[in-house]
Amino acid sequence: MAVVLRAMSDHHDHHRRAGRSDIELRVRAMEQLLVEKGLVDPMALDAIVDQYETKVGPRNGARVVARAWTDTAYKRRLLDDATAAIRELCYGGSQGEQMVVVENTPAVHNVVVCTLCSCYPWPVLGLPPVWYKSAPYRSRVVMDPRGVLAEMGLRVPDTTELRVWDSNAELRYMVLPRRPAGTEGLHEDALAALVTRDGMIGVAAV
Amino acid sequence: MNTIHDMGGMHGFGAVVREANESPFHADWERRVFALATAIPFAVPFNDDSLRPAIESIPPERYLASTYYELWLEAMTKILVGRGLLSRDEIASGKARPLPKGVEVFPAVKAADALAALADGFSARREAGKPRRFKVGDLVRTRNDHPATHTRLPRYARDKIGTITRDHGIMTFSDANGRGDGEQPQHVYAVAFPMDELWGPAARGGDKLYLDLWDDHLHPA
Repeated sequence: MAVVLRAMSDHHDHHRRAGRSDIELRVRAMEQLLVEKGLVDPMALDAIVDQYETKVGPRNGARVVARAWTDTAYKRRLLDDATAAIRELCYGGSQGEQMVVVENTPAVHNVVVCTLCSCYPWPVLGLPPVWYKSAPYRSRVVMDPRGVLAEMGLRVPDTTELRVWDSNAELRYMVLPRRPAGTEGLHEDALAALVTRDGMIGVAAV
Repeated sequence: MNTIHDMGGMHGFGAVVREANESPFHADWERRVFALATAIPFAVPFNDDSLRPAIESIPPERYLASTYYELWLEAMTKILVGRGLLSRDEIASGKARPLPKGVEVFPAVKAADALAALADGFSARREAGKPRRFKVGDLVRTRNDHPATHTRLPRYARDKIGTITRDHGIMTFSDANGRGDGEQPQHVYAVAFPMDELWGPAARGGDKLYLDLWDDHLHPA
């Protein structure tokens, strides 16, 4: 597996090196033209990058999950009206205007995809990883979810119903993973540290 | 649009490869493309209902050979060129010409205003729209349409029977907006499809696939 990953990464690096100077120059030229035309402000561009590179990310979603694991009234509100419940923790906005949270239980496992493009709940998970936007995931997880999840290391028992959520419209989905066994004594911050991005997409257990 | 972006159910793309400790961006130009695509719509009004058709109309062979932010860059360029706000000459020469008269543009968004707007979001929800035709529990059949324009009803779920499980309320209709026919707000419903309805008897009927579909995507079953 490590060899395969390395080969992919070398391939990508090579691809990037080959195309880099050209696309970097093109993007820089385009930004410069749009600045001169008064259509964008470089400081706004810097601020947008900083926001989504350093402030918005899966740690936000992890806090939502940890709160739901420790506060049953909050969990009820989250499953009933996720947008409002997530707002209580001060997260929301672009690509999370209409949130839905789906709960994993012993009887039901949920997994999220966007087959048409890359829809993803930015305010709680940040920007999507490359694999989520990739052809293999988008093409396969709707038709063979159990096979894809098994390849990714998650075997869903035959007795568990699998639900695939293709976020094709304006709703954005986050999975509420099952709380791991043996964490009864942990407080909210310690629980949040256990929650992974992949767990909140539904391709891994927590 | 029946093209490569609508890839649910296709074979041949291989295994899902995850990158350990992946960063949101893989090169500086990706940062700038992301930020441009976020900032430009404040000055040049367009939203995802314009950006997505622009991405989907990239020829399939180029779509597959491009990285994600290369697709965004090409789509953004197409929109700006299409509105006369940028020309291929300018891109080639790097020399900006004055903006044409008569095209609606707004001043470049400032950092604080951009962040405040992103924190509020750009909701597709509307107060009023077409009367609802369905309710939770109804059996529905999806339309068997193949529009050459943008649609949010994926190919694999056309002419299929499912059950409405949730009414999300009234939202703008991306199919209509994406072809320039206005917002046409209407109810959006979560619809559950048994896997064997979508993929045949070899699939597990107890597993479900959910889509969010607009009223106009559905017939009573």
